[in-house]
Amino acid sequence: MSDTFLKRNPSVLIFLAVLALFVLGVTLLAEGAGAGVISTSFVKTLGKTLCLALIAVAMDLVWGYTGILSLGHFAFFGLGGYMIGMWLMYARTQAIVVSSLAEAPIPATESEIVDAIGNQIFGVVGSREFPLIWMFADSLVLQLVLVVAVPGILALVFGWLAFRSRVTGVYLSILTQAMTLGLALYLFQNDSGLRGNNGLSGLQNLPGLDHVPQATMSIWFFWASAAALALGYLFAAWIVSGKFGSVLRGIRDNEARVRFLGYSVEGYKLFIFTVTAIIAGIAGALYYPQAGIINPAEIAPVASIYLAVWVAIGGRGRLYGAVIGAVFVSLVSSWFTGGQAPDLDLGFYTLKWVDWWLIVLGLSFVLVTLFAPRGIGGLVDLWSERRQPDRHGADLGPGAGALREKEASK
Amino acid sequence: MSMLLEVSGVSVSFDGFKAINNLSFAIGPAEMRAIIGPNGAGKTTFMDIVTGKTKPDEGRVTWGERNVSLLGMSEARIAREGVGRKFQKPTVFEDQTVLENLLMALRSNRSPFAVMFYRSNRADLDRVEELAGEIGLLDSLGRKSGELSHGQKQWLEIGMLLAQEPRLLLVDEPAAGMTPAEREHTTAILVEAAKTRAVVVVEHDMEFVRRLDCRVTVLHEGAVLAEGSLDHVTTNSQVIDVYLGR
Ligand SMILES: Nc1ncnc2c1ncn2[C@@H]1O[C@H](COP(=O)(O)OP(=O)(O)O)[C@@H](O)[C@H]1O
Ligand SMILES: [Mg+2]
Repeated sequence: MSDTFLKRNPSVLIFLAVLALFVLGVTLLAEGAGAGVISTSFVKTLGKTLCLALIAVAMDLVWGYTGILSLGHFAFFGLGGYMIGMWLMYARTQAIVVSSLAEAPIPATESEIVDAIGNQIFGVVGSREFPLIWMFADSLVLQLVLVVAVPGILALVFGWLAFRSRVTGVYLSILTQAMTLGLALYLFQNDSGLRGNNGLSGLQNLPGLDHVPQATMSIWFFWASAAALALGYLFAAWIVSGKFGSVLRGIRDNEARVRFLGYSVEGYKLFIFTVTAIIAGIAGALYYPQAGIINPAEIAPVASIYLAVWVAIGGRGRLYGAVIGAVFVSLVSSWFTGGQAPDLDLGFYTLKWVDWWLIVLGLSFVLVTLFAPRGIGGLVDLWSERRQPDRHGADLGPGAGALREKEASK
Repeated sequence: MSMLLEVSGVSVSFDGFKAINNLSFAIGPAEMRAIIGPNGAGKTTFMDIVTGKTKPDEGRVTWGERNVSLLGMSEARIAREGVGRKFQKPTVFEDQTVLENLLMALRSNRSPFAVMFYRSNRADLDRVEELAGEIGLLDSLGRKSGELSHGQKQWLEIGMLLAQEPRLLLVDEPAAGMTPAEREHTTAILVEAAKTRAVVVVEHDMEFVRRLDCRVTVLHEGAVLAEGSLDHVTTNSQVIDVYLGR
């Protein structure tokens, strides 16, 4: 990543500077490290928002740049969360079990401890056995590997099947919805091995760090989320800045033409689909410890649709647009749905935002798609007066067909 | 002389309609060939078959010194084997600059990892500038190709084709939408290219074909009607009946 890369992409520097200022500001004002103006729970909200911005960057890579409207990336996000959640839950339960068994007159054996942990974790779904998928749960390192590997491998297999048979457009979107729905339904089952609809909880507590107050912990996670976003953004900007980005945008605009240039379109799609799934997994692994709980409802099909809405509203095909969309819409969303927005008294009817917000969001999405396809990020164009032809515009010259007829009759 | 491309006994039908009917065609490694024929004769479909876009129902398509079959290969693989194609309707990447279009086409490793770590170097940029000069777009390298005129897009696509350095160029109606001067320039480029590689040009304009000064294959209803010099085929009574006479 040379400085010529940053020089050629000034928006990356601006983004990193804004992010750094934001992190500094929040840190100085937060309860955990500074003035205490920002509550711990709001620091967590901001940290989670940065994770959402990261998955939005991934979505922009796969949709905005490559033209694959994946409506399943939240499945990868959720899987990342589950993978880290397994270790968090196991290790913390282990600490509790060990300390409670330590008071017993006879020291507990290894298998007794494991049994007790199993009982604690799976009692809620009427079981005490550790399912096979928990076999690495006692190892942080292995679960971290799984944060990357599980979404990556799922995306690789799914993408290989879908792209190889040249499924594109709306059919691919439907297929990705089916994938995330299937995964959510599977996880809802009690015998899925991941506690059914209870999900994994208590994730806000880092094992062995009980003495660290949540206020401090929230700042750590906030920093980690910001660092992940910065790295993810840099990686995405680097990938789209060169010839690789040219090929991706070529695939979006005319994939048949890219094939005739000798590029294996399927290979590129598979690559970008898998890489963005991995980024989504990492974002999820940072998000859920801040949320404290993950359950199958998180990967409901509609979550992935929201993701597409954020990117569309922020402006797809530009990375900062995706970030703006995710931050803006998710914060405004949580303000409206969290009951903080005052009800609007229209005299004859009281508008409750909790009920009406989705309609407002849906309407904004439609309006943006129709009247401002470049989204909020498009405002930057007004300001920098960047000229950009409409790439779907008609040919400036005469159509090939018409001219051909005329010539033939000569 | 051994042939670079040999198409033999190829047939394709779309919903029962035989667009290509037992077609055979061959071209050597450094040869120019014009294909003419009325609308719907199957000229574009022929190119679709060679480039892997359409799979024929029967017949063989063999390529190169070792006579490998192109039929099992993907479009991308065939392109990497050295078959370049210019489409009837100019298809350039309108959202990208002329430079980006040419760099993407430039012959080099096409694998995702190689492309990811590719950074343009002096030699490649020189080559792109040379090509851009040849197609009259040197001043437009930084422009979005969507802003170009129809004729300029045709040029850009020809430039991209040359940048690929294919062994076989398939050019579908290159002169459509060009001024007479531009046509002449196109002829010159194609004739020059045919000195070192095989070039197949589909064209309607007889004047254009005459200037190419090469063997002509006349297609009609998906099969070869006549083959030979332009004068030879234009005096063929069958050709006059189905094509020129109308
Ligand atoms: N994909 C397709 N589906 C159905 N019919 C097709 C298809 N492609 C070409 N055809 C038909 O095959 C015939 C040959 O078409 P084409 O190769 O485009 O002719 P030309 O380029 O010589 O004008 C035409 O009748 C056309 O309608
Ligand atoms: Mg045609």
